[in-house]
This record gives sequence, structure tokens and C-alpha cells, in this order.
Amino acid sequence: ADIISTVEFNYTGDLLATGDKGGRVVIFQREQEAKSRPLSRGEYNVYSTFQSHEPEFDYLKSLEIEEKINKIRWLPQQNAAHFLLSTNDKTIKLWKISERDKRAEGYNLKDEDGRLREPFRVTELRVPTLKPMDLMVEASPRRTFANAHTYHINSISVNSDYATYLSADDLRINLWHLEVTNRSFNIVDIKPANMEELTEVITAAEFHPHHCNTFVYSSSKGTIRLCDMRSSALCDQHSKFFEEPEDPSSRSFFSEIISSISDVKFSHSGRYMMTRDYLSVKVWDLNMENRPVETYQVHEYLRSKLCSLYENDCIFDKFECCWNGSDSTIMTGSYNNFFRTFEREAHRDITLEASRESSKPRAILKPRKVCTTGKRKKDEIAVDSLDFNKKILHTAWHPTENIIAVAATNNLYLFQEKVN
Amino acid sequence: MFVRGLKRKCFDGEEDIEGTLAGIKAIPSYNLQRQSLLDMSLVKLQLCHMLVEPNLCRSVLIANTVRQIQEEMTQDGTWQMINTPSTGQASLDRLVSTDILCRSSRDQAEGKHVPAYGTFNKDFESDQPPDSSETMSTASSVQTPRNLQSNVWEMENPQENKGNFQKSLDQIFETLENKSPNSVEDLFSEVDNSYYDLDTMLTGMMSNTKMGHCDSLETFSSPTNTASNSNCKSDLNDLDHIVEILVES
Repeated sequence: ADIISTVEFNYTGDLLATGDKGGRVVIFQREQEAKSRPLSRGEYNVYSTFQSHEPEFDYLKSLEIEEKINKIRWLPQQNAAHFLLSTNDKTIKLWKISERDKRAEGYNLKDEDGRLREPFRVTELRVPTLKPMDLMVEASPRRTFANAHTYHINSISVNSDYATYLSADDLRINLWHLEVTNRSFNIVDIKPANMEELTEVITAAEFHPHHCNTFVYSSSKGTIRLCDMRSSALCDQHSKFFEEPEDPSSRSFFSEIISSISDVKFSHSGRYMMTRDYLSVKVWDLNMENRPVETYQVHEYLRSKLCSLYENDCIFDKFECCWNGSDSTIMTGSYNNFFRTFEREAHRDITLEASRESSKPRAILKPRKVCTTGKRKKDEIAVDSLDFNKKILHTAWHPTENIIAVAATNNLYLFQEKVN
Repeated sequence: MFVRGLKRKCFDGEEDIEGTLAGIKAIPSYNLQRQSLLDMSLVKLQLCHMLVEPNLCRSVLIANTVRQIQEEMTQDGTWQMINTPSTGQASLDRLVSTDILCRSSRDQAEGKHVPAYGTFNKDFESDQPPDSSETMSTASSVQTPRNLQSNVWEMENPQENKGNFQKSLDQIFETLENKSPNSVEDLFSEVDNSYYDLDTMLTGMMSNTKMGHCDSLETFSSPTNTASNSNCKSDLNDLDHIVEILVES
């Protein structure tokens, strides 16, 4: 199994898609509740697997283009088939996943095994009939949106109009129509005329969940810009600019790096947005630009280790974050296969671990704690014992229920709230 | 293991003696830490021997860190002591552009080899670095287009040192076998140049060459004129751009 690089529930939560470093997409489907098997409620089983992207070689630059799936975004379901967008560094593809559970039998011109029948054997005309067959799930690429990004795509976001979507790379954001593959509109371009003046890149972008003219993009300097596409064709001028003033007492050489935002997500309500930087998660009210309304420390104990984390490159890890369906709780990952959830109103937070050793099926997860002081209590883990290779970068929350998907390197964990 | 960079202590009269003493003691280790951080950052930026394009965000963040350290060291006055003045500014330029870093010291002012050409040669099947003669003949065919593009290029880099590089480039092209300019014009007439705007030209700046290029470049000796780094890079990108057009047609 390959390293999982993205996890995403669809709009109903019945399907869960994962993308991996090898360019594969695996879709899980939730089992239907059956009265005979009450415990199977919420189990997800493999529904479809397909190779979305292949490795490519850019001959002009003599560079490999990785097939790693950076993001998957579902489209809302409009007919029996399911559609999703998956992207690697350079190309976005629209995939159709459809079920086939019937096949036609009784053709006139060919046998059941497909061979053409001898013409003189066709003595009568019959109408083919549809017979049931074993369920087959087919994935077929419907659109390929290519050649629009010079730099690496980090985000895609489907617009609330369900007709357009944006794709963002390090320096530009493009707007696409789902039906049109040979043209995309550039809506943000922060590339300087002289590349040597480059000091800031785009790190994430997302459309507002309800206002189809509004989107945000975050930067490596810890800023978020909200843009309104009605104001101009090229949204280089932001409508709102969100930045928290730096705390001068905690300034270090790593201040800028740890302020770089790795993910930005609107709340389901559309009133708030959440940003993840290296050490914290911040919730912003879209009406207030000068500071976030809530800040949650994810792993503050790493602040004294920043130099080591810079040395081993962990400081550049891009953690994602997500909201639960009601926007009451937010979740994000950490190291040592830990992930954290923060209940906003109740001011409660918990650290859990996604690992085979500590979680048997149906077992309740035990809260974990990292020891920050000298005296380590039983069951606590010292900061120096944390495994920085086990990082949880990708998590997803079911849109309506308390089911979460956590990707730990090459394993996918699904947890749900215990129901009595 | 290092801890995060210490905040500089401020030596004004308000500090008590103890604080001042502590500050004095802290300075050498702070400088040491800062220098180590600078060295580490430079090493990180030098990782160019990769097949995949490096992460631009990471490169920019590291480059910003380096700039920050250099600014502080310049204010301190320690920058001149530790680093030779001639390379100081130039190395910053080199690092700030998240360019092909392995190119930097080998491939510019001379401009004798244009790395990208080898791969554009349609007869050239393998990924190995091209031999010089093949590359040269390909390069010759773009002499005319280079002149066409030179205005644009000049707009991009109005820097005084480019003249040196330009001259060497001219010399190279003069020595090459000239193909009939007409064929080149024909090639150009079919190509829709509107796509190849400045962006595409500058794209080459962001790309990372693979080892093969570095290897073949090593056959061309001569130390770098570090001050003309940036110009040389743009020249090469200019040529990349031209070859892109050739391939497209």
C-alpha cells in the first residue's frame, strides 16, 4: 500500500475517497444499515480502485512529474453516477464512477461471449434482454484539465455553482468550467516580474461554500486573502486581508516558516474559516481581518525544537485541518500518529492516536498526552520520544455524523462515535 | 541540538550588569547558532540533484530565512567578517531565486552550453547528457529567434552585467554553423507565439535541471562571475523558451 496523500468524504458521507503517492484512488463505500447486523453500521468497504494519474516526464525541463494525488474533491451527485476531481502537481482529472449491475443478453449479431455469429445462423430476430449481473463499479476519466499550471498544484475547490472550480499552484489560481478543458481563466497571479523578488507563495485556496463569487487563498507568510470575482477579472487586489500581528516576544528565525499556512477551510456555515500553520489552528471570523477569533495550540511543545525540525525538514510538513458537520469541532493531525480534536464551545480538546497497537476494532480510543515538563507521568510520552516520521497530515470528517477518517502514512483509520 | 534562535539582547544602559554580562556571554553562541543555521539553510537550498522539481514553498521559506540572517548579520557588521564581500550579495541573489542551484556556479557567464537543448533534439532518444557537437548544432538554428526575443529579455533584466554574458553568447553563436535563416522563419510563422509570453520564458528559471545537465556543463570550465548569475539564468531561460517554440512547431 502506498502513502496516502489525500482523504475526502463526498457530500453525503456515503463515499470516502483516498488518493495515494502512486497515483491511485481508492473509494470506500459505507455499508447500508441492516437490522440483522447492527454492528456493521458505519463500516466502509472498498468500492472502487483505479489509477488516476501516471508518472510523467517533462521533456522540456527534464523533470519527473509525480503521479502523487495532491487533492480529491467530490462533485455533488446529480444522477446515479458519482463524479470527483483528482489532481497531481500538474493535471486535474474528472472521473466518473458508475455502477453496472445489468448486462444485455440475446444479441442478434454476436454470441454471448462476443464472437460474431455466422450470418446464416441468424434465422430469427430477437430483442436483447437485460439480465442482472454481479455489481461492477467502473471508473472512467471524463475530462482532463492539463497544461494550465507551471508550478505545483496544491488545491482544487469546487464552486457552489457546481459548474466551475478553481485550481491553485504556488503562484497562480485558475478558474475552470467543468465542461471545458481547453481553456481556463487566471484569476490570481502573484508571480513577480523578476523571480528573484519572490518571497511569498500561495499555499491553499478554497471557494466560499455559499457565495460563488468569493474565494480565499493563504500564503507562506501567514496571510489569507479573500477575493471577490465580481470586482475584477484578475483578483490580484484582495477584498479582505487577514493577518494576525506578530508577537514580537516570540520572534525567531523560524517565525516566518511556522507562520506559513498549510491549509485553509471554510466552515460549513460560511461564516468562519480555519487556517492551519505549523504549531496552531486558527479560526477566523470573515468579518474581522485583524486577528483570528480562536487559536488552538496543536503541539506547542515543539516550539523549543524548531531548529531540529528545520534540520530534518519536518518544519515544512503541511498539515490539513477539517470541521465537523455542525462546525462545533475542528480536527487536525500531529506527529507520532497523534491527531487532535478541539471542541470550540465546550473548550475541550483531546489527543488521540491512530495506530494498530493502540486501537483494536470497536475499542474505545484512549486519550494521549505528551509530557511537556520534566516529570513524565505514566502513559505520557516525552517529546523526544515522539516519532516524527509518523505524521498525520490528512484527516476528514463525515459531513453529518461523527465519523472521522485519519490517514497515517499508508494506513487509513476510520473512527466513529460510540453509539450505545 | 539547537534550540530556536535566541533573541538578541539589547545593550543599552538600562540593562543591569548581570544581564549585560549574560548578554555578552550569549553573543558568541548566538552568532555560532546563527551561522550554523545559515550554513544549514544554504545546504538545503543546494539540493538540486533531484529528478523531481523541488518544492517552491520550501525553497522560498528557506531563502527568506537566509535573507533574514544575512540582513541581521549585515547590521551586526559580522557579515563582512565571515563572508567575502564579493560573494555576499551575489550568493543572496543566487539563493533568492529558487533557480537551478547546481547551475549557478557552472553554467552562466560562459554560456557555452545551453543545457536544455540536448533534450529538445528530436533525434536524441536517451536521457543522457548530449555530446557537445549535437548541442551546438541545435543551438545554431536558434540564432535568429534569439535576436527576435532579445528585446523582451532586455526588458526583464536591465542589469549592467548582462553585456558580458551577451557577448560570450554572441561569440558562441558566431562560431556555430549557420543554418539558413529562412527555414527558421518558416518554423516561426507556423507557431502561435501568443502562448509563449513572458511567463513561459521565465518558467525556465523555476525549473530544476537534472544531473545530466550539470554533468555536461562540467566540461566547460571557468569560474563564475557571480555578479552576473541572475542575468545568465535569464539568458538561458530565454533560450529555453526559444527551443520550446522549436519543439512545438
